[in-house]
Amino acid sequence: MQHLEEKFQAKIDAEIKIEPKDWMPERYRKTLIRQISQHAHSEIVGMLPEGNWITRAPSLRRKLALLAKVQDEAGHGLYLYSACETLGVSRDELLEQLHTGEAKYSSIFNYPTLTWADMGVVGWLVDGAAIMNQVPLCRCSYGPYARAMVRVCKEESFHQRQGYEILLTLSKGTEAQKRMLQDAIDRWWWPALMMFGPSDKDSKHTLQSMKWKIKRFTNDELRQKFVDVCAEQVKLLNATLPDPDLKWNEERGHYDFGAINWEEFWQVVKGNGPCNKERVEARRKAYAEGAWVREAAMAHAEKRRQRQATATAQSA
Amino acid sequence: MEKNNWPLWEIFVRSRSGLHHKHVGSLHAADAAMAIENARDVYTRRNEGVSLWVVESQHITASNPSEGEALFDPANDKVYRHPTFYDLPDGIGHM
Ligand SMILES: [Fe+2]
Ligand SMILES: [Fe+2]
Repeated sequence: MQHLEEKFQAKIDAEIKIEPKDWMPERYRKTLIRQISQHAHSEIVGMLPEGNWITRAPSLRRKLALLAKVQDEAGHGLYLYSACETLGVSRDELLEQLHTGEAKYSSIFNYPTLTWADMGVVGWLVDGAAIMNQVPLCRCSYGPYARAMVRVCKEESFHQRQGYEILLTLSKGTEAQKRMLQDAIDRWWWPALMMFGPSDKDSKHTLQSMKWKIKRFTNDELRQKFVDVCAEQVKLLNATLPDPDLKWNEERGHYDFGAINWEEFWQVVKGNGPCNKERVEARRKAYAEGAWVREAAMAHAEKRRQRQATATAQSA
Repeated sequence: MEKNNWPLWEIFVRSRSGLHHKHVGSLHAADAAMAIENARDVYTRRNEGVSLWVVESQHITASNPSEGEALFDPANDKVYRHPTFYDLPDGIGHM
């Protein structure tokens, strides 16, 4: 056992990918199942706040883009569930964990999307933060997860761009549109920063995950990178980030930023965010109402198989 | 929890004519026809392919990774299967 663990770590250190049937420590498997399934759930639950605006998109162009984006997120969920299933857990078990609240998903999706500007800000900040997290995951030590991430990252860049374009348009619009833009940034900025997870000193999984090369950067490193990028991008929108402490630090070569309200973060994680109940309820309902479709498709496939078998027997 | 889960299918995409089909991932579907339709929607939304293969996962037989060394070992000491094994003078041109 000791020997196997050493061989495993040596492979990881040599940047050799781990594949589904390879030996792996049970904790590595568990960590991956937790992380990949959380990630998959986030993609699926993440469709809800944006799906909310599809029918109210202000033009056909915007509607097409939003529809395509939300469809992409469904695809991302599927790639990730598939990757997770290679670790020996079934799709039904994973969904069950989401529906009972045992599994988590990104807290960001427990906030409501109140105005059209939110569609822009979600694309810019939420997809932006997701990309920041996901790009290093393309080099994750577990092969199926890394490959899924490559596909996901290819598709994400349009998500962020369409969001930013929405915001650019609003920034050149009427006073009311500009106010709507700033209001959306104000509401989403801090929750977006929380997407990178607890700060390094409170993150119990980070160290081991870095050693296993599941993670390549710490939560705080990625968060800093995100702040640096957004602090510049917001200027083009003639808007501001709601942080009085945001200031370029010449010495560090980074932006300093204010303290995050971790109390709010943990409250939302524990289920007390503005939309937690609504989101899980929507997923449960969709699953329950789809049951007859899943059953009917199986019955239909079975009937076809039998018909085919009879036909082959007769022609033989 | 329902027991009649849709089986798992492995999906292979030929990205353009002249290339091999390549494994891209998997999905659940009730039968092969549905697997093809779902694979189209999931794996080729951006012109990633001109042809699809779907194979039910349970029909794939895989080599055992723990026996990998023994399985591929016979190829390791056969350097004479590579062109660089043979000593030829420089002047003979491309061969
Ligand atoms: Fe996504
Ligand atoms: Fe996205």
